[in-house]
Amino acid sequence: MENSNKKGRRIALYIILAVLGIALLAMICYLLKDNKKVLRFLDVLINSGGYVKVLEGLRNTATIAILGLVIGIVIGTLIATVRVIPKYKLLPRVLNGICSFYVGFFRGTPMVVQLLLFYYVMLPLMGINMSGVNVSILVFGLNSGAYISEIMRAGIQSVDGGQMEAGRAVGLSFPTTMLNIVIPQAVKNILPTLGNEFITLIKETSVVSFVGAADLYVAFNMIGSNSYEFMVPYLVMAMIYIVIIMLITLGIKLMERGLKKSDRRN
Amino acid sequence: MIDVIDLKKSFGSLEVLKGINVTINKGDIVCVIGPSGSGKSTFLRCLNCMEDPTGGQIIFHNVNIADMKVDINIHRRKMGMVFQQFNLFNNKTVIQNIMLAPVKIGVSDLRRAKRHNFFLPLTNLLRGKDKKQAKIEITATEQQIKAEAREKALSLLRRIGLEDKADVYPSTLSGGQKQRVAIVRALAMNPEVMLFDEPTSALDPEMVGEVLDLMKELANEGMTMVVVTHEMGFAREVGSRILFMDGGYILEENAPAEFFANPQHPRTREFLSKVL
Repeated sequence: MENSNKKGRRIALYIILAVLGIALLAMICYLLKDNKKVLRFLDVLINSGGYVKVLEGLRNTATIAILGLVIGIVIGTLIATVRVIPKYKLLPRVLNGICSFYVGFFRGTPMVVQLLLFYYVMLPLMGINMSGVNVSILVFGLNSGAYISEIMRAGIQSVDGGQMEAGRAVGLSFPTTMLNIVIPQAVKNILPTLGNEFITLIKETSVVSFVGAADLYVAFNMIGSNSYEFMVPYLVMAMIYIVIIMLITLGIKLMERGLKKSDRRN
Repeated sequence: MIDVIDLKKSFGSLEVLKGINVTINKGDIVCVIGPSGSGKSTFLRCLNCMEDPTGGQIIFHNVNIADMKVDINIHRRKMGMVFQQFNLFNNKTVIQNIMLAPVKIGVSDLRRAKRHNFFLPLTNLLRGKDKKQAKIEITATEQQIKAEAREKALSLLRRIGLEDKADVYPSTLSGGQKQRVAIVRALAMNPEVMLFDEPTSALDPEMVGEVLDLMKELANEGMTMVVVTHEMGFAREVGSRILFMDGGYILEENAPAEFFANPQHPRTREFLSKVL
């Protein structure tokens, strides 16, 4: 059973690689035939300072995604914890209501709409002046917090209830047990899903130009308009995204292996 | 030490405990037996409020710990608990499992004491003349607390012959080893009473002996124990009192020799004829 599964996976991998290879080959052939486009792109990229924009865009994309994820994990963990607290008392019930509303709002509206709402409505009303990048970090954090809260809740519920009981039985408080015992195990269980969320965040950063933050898309769009040619810049942009995300996937795999050490049998 | 007065517990409309009255004295080894569904595990879990009782009182050191206003965490430190499914912390090594509670609780008490002392001049200013509070004496630093907990954990592991397993994760231990670690984890807090919830029911028959031996040792040292068990041999040999429960009541309570030789209640007789 396992053997045939492995074999099937390998065949699928070969097919995908073949298709990708053919597509890449076709593109390269096309561009070599029409190499003016490549030259024009390289000219803008190198001589007219396009690479500065690209690096800046990369930096902004990375900052927004990483800080967004960090804020999201903190908010998500807090919300998830509130949602698993036993609800006999009034306070947990009120908090739970607030959290439901929060999650409902951020999952119920598109990221672009949230960005626009914050940048053009909420912050001006509150009289706060914030750069596009900072607003993006905030909104990405709040947004991913809503998604991560659900992921984290599933993670917490996947940890055996006996772990919490054992912690409480030796006299540790609910928050201490949660933080030291349950959440570390929950995080281990949800790491693949959390990685997915990070990848989504990175890709979603391509909408921050709506509030004037310069990300990768803005950089390549500028290069395109300066060279009157969009084919190569957008192709390169797509490749950069793919490479970033492959690296992250690899990183998550390594982390998972590191965290698995408490499952090993020797 | 523990007085249980008219203890009641319902899950929704299902009434599991219908009024339990029992006194557990210092040094008692109380074995609770009975058919499944009789409420014996629920009774044990109510003793340290793992399940909040729906009625009645549990008096531990003159405090009714069934009262929701009581800070239960402080009282639970003095009541060790051992579970059927071991429940070792999977993300911690064996020694961390044992050290965790003493270190966390020691350090948080230390910090609270420091905070108290720091704000004392200010808070005393607001208190009436005869209500002034004294400084809490600080006897150890955080490092000392940690070192002490480590020392204690190692000596506990030595006692059960598992010092070489100190730095492995629980997933590598056998069931019997896990349960023995779970027992010393509870001992690390120097409890006054140990609660055992069917400690050998999830073990291979081969490993039951090592766990029971450790429990016997504890009993001989004079530890107060409440043991929910199906091991009649253990109950007869080690127990100082047997409680027989069925249908949410304690039907019979007696010394083991008398209990097994001469059961009074018809339900007890029926149960014993099936299990012995």
